[in-house]
Amino acid sequence: MAEAKSFQLQCPVPRNDGEHVQLAHGGGGRRMHELLEGLLLPSFNSEQLLERHDGATLQIGGTRLAFTTDSYVVKPLFFPGGDIGTLAVNGTVNDLAMCGARPLYLSSAFILEEGFPMESLRRVVESMRITAAESQVQLVTGDTKVVDKGKGDGIFVNTAGIGVVEHSLRISPASVRVGDVVLLSGDVGRHGVAIMATREGLSFETAIDSDCAPLWEPVAALLQAGVEIHCLRDLTRGGLSSGLIEIAETANVRISIDELSVPVREDVGGACEILGLDPLYLANEGRFIAIVPEHDSARALDILSRHTVSSGAVRIGQVSDKPQGMVTMRSRLGTERILDMLSGEQLPRIC
Amino acid sequence: MRFVEEYRDPVAARQYVEAIERAVTRPWTLMEICGGQTHSIVKYGIDELLPKGVTLVHGPGCPVCVTPLELIDKALQIAAHPNVIFCSFGDMLRVPGSAGDLFSVKANGGDVRIVYSPSNAVKIAAQNPDKQVVFFAVGFETTAPANAMSVYQAKQMGLTNYSILVSHVLVPPAMEVILGSPDNRVQGFLAAGHVCTVMGFEEYEPLAKKYKVPIVVTGFEPLDLLQGIYMCVSQLEEGRYEVENQYARAVRREGNRVAQELVGKVFRVVHRKWRGIGEIPRSGLGLAAEFDEFDAETRFGVSGYTAEEDPECISGLVMQGARKPEDCTAYGKRCTPDHPLGAPMVSSEGACAAYYRYRRLREPELVSEERE
Repeated sequence: MAEAKSFQLQCPVPRNDGEHVQLAHGGGGRRMHELLEGLLLPSFNSEQLLERHDGATLQIGGTRLAFTTDSYVVKPLFFPGGDIGTLAVNGTVNDLAMCGARPLYLSSAFILEEGFPMESLRRVVESMRITAAESQVQLVTGDTKVVDKGKGDGIFVNTAGIGVVEHSLRISPASVRVGDVVLLSGDVGRHGVAIMATREGLSFETAIDSDCAPLWEPVAALLQAGVEIHCLRDLTRGGLSSGLIEIAETANVRISIDELSVPVREDVGGACEILGLDPLYLANEGRFIAIVPEHDSARALDILSRHTVSSGAVRIGQVSDKPQGMVTMRSRLGTERILDMLSGEQLPRIC
Repeated sequence: MRFVEEYRDPVAARQYVEAIERAVTRPWTLMEICGGQTHSIVKYGIDELLPKGVTLVHGPGCPVCVTPLELIDKALQIAAHPNVIFCSFGDMLRVPGSAGDLFSVKANGGDVRIVYSPSNAVKIAAQNPDKQVVFFAVGFETTAPANAMSVYQAKQMGLTNYSILVSHVLVPPAMEVILGSPDNRVQGFLAAGHVCTVMGFEEYEPLAKKYKVPIVVTGFEPLDLLQGIYMCVSQLEEGRYEVENQYARAVRREGNRVAQELVGKVFRVVHRKWRGIGEIPRSGLGLAAEFDEFDAETRFGVSGYTAEEDPECISGLVMQGARKPEDCTAYGKRCTPDHPLGAPMVSSEGACAAYYRYRRLREPELVSEERE
């Protein structure tokens, strides 16, 4: 290393000094993490935010409520397996489910661009109605704004949700313990590929549908059976890798997974090869991980496999102590490497 | 996944590792040319499976990394133009120029679009006749045919609002620079499979002969790489220096003649500056006279611009195999993919990014546990 020190590093330094918001700030990767840690969390400092969970759990009188919100800016609006309406309902329902809360009520706010086809709006609203009914949640309040043509992208939807917590567990990264087992509810990468394929006009032998689905049912079954759930996380933006890394960092543990145990559908894997993407970082809209103690893991897996949305559940890894805050993966060749959080969204490669 | 899984088979990989162990009697240093190979090696930990004496060093085959600073600056200037739609492969958007990157131009209101193919940029040009559409034509011989085709098509379509900002580079001249260096420690090459699908491997034969160095055209999957390494060390052990083709399922000796003809028609060989390395004579492609109306540098009046790069920047040494990313004092500290100091930390094919993504901060307990 003494020799290396003689090199003077004078490469140009890029101006990523935070003066302007970049797309990566919303990409679910390291940049977004920085925005949260650097601006939002310190500004809105609260006990609940520090849990770094999908929603906040609030004690109000004798009742524990979960509260969450999410905005949906997906492009294309309609894609195989869903649309912005199904996402807007399932996304918020799932964030509540990840707090272990039974979803009850949603709000919905629309920001519409002048000139947006009324027919498309009807389709979105109808999707929201059907999806809400499936999860037995009610849309009870809302808002509509219209912006000038060119000032929006057709339609943006925000939903917020309230659910009730009917158990005494603390489902949070803070509850994760050394020795816990990581269960994954099924194959990964389908939503990301469905969106990417539609966006890029790629077609495959068979259409790849988004995995968009409500997740409360399997979570409710785990709770009902008395499984000691330590943490739940749906694997949306940033995918499986980012979800695991966030938990490992918050809980100060190491999570080790096995590459061969993570299910990726063959067509999804093929599309990823073509596009140069890693399925472990692709968004899912109907997948989650459950971290449970070893003694409950077999039972939890059995319960998950009995529900359609989690019928492909598998055990993918385990929690250990060191190095803290790190996710490692045993490759198919038996070597070990780390999983790193991406800076922003995955970028398609040159060749 | 058929035709992919087979090349990642752990049992066959083990057999190749054992074959390499049996073949090797001395230490050897090999260079894989392509950044895609580097990423595969680090991702699967292939270098860790090899016997101790066999060292892999990482080559210059990362198009993002070798694109000179001044060309990034030119791209930033053109992309910031209000009447321009600037199209690029995704990788190039995060590469730092002297002042910012294409993402920051986009954040400031520039119309910067990621495309998967230059033909999409031609399509965008046809759909937006009132805009100037520029494609950032970077890359090695692999991307040259598609980029050439876009210009050829634009000419046929009579498009006057399409141009390309060209920074094509060629592999053999860069190999010659490495081999000719007095500090060279590379004893054998794994040539870049994708480059050779286009160019074939005839042009490597004089190099192998002149420098007495084995060159094995190699693919990108773990078994491709292990087989390529096996073939290369076998040649070294036997005192042979030939060009061999591991990637025979994709590469023919003569390459893709149709693609080569198109490239020869649209482009001509030029001197080219490589980021971190400097100018290499006859090491790149520029537009041929017949197509020079499609040159974005001329169209936007940026051809005279130059930017100074520090000749001591270690990224140049990393790309010539003289240093490993971990030898850099800034690696993983002042230089990360979020705040890159040099291009090899940005690109998905850059050696520094590969090390950072897959094996950053290897704490002692992690390493020792693996060796047990």
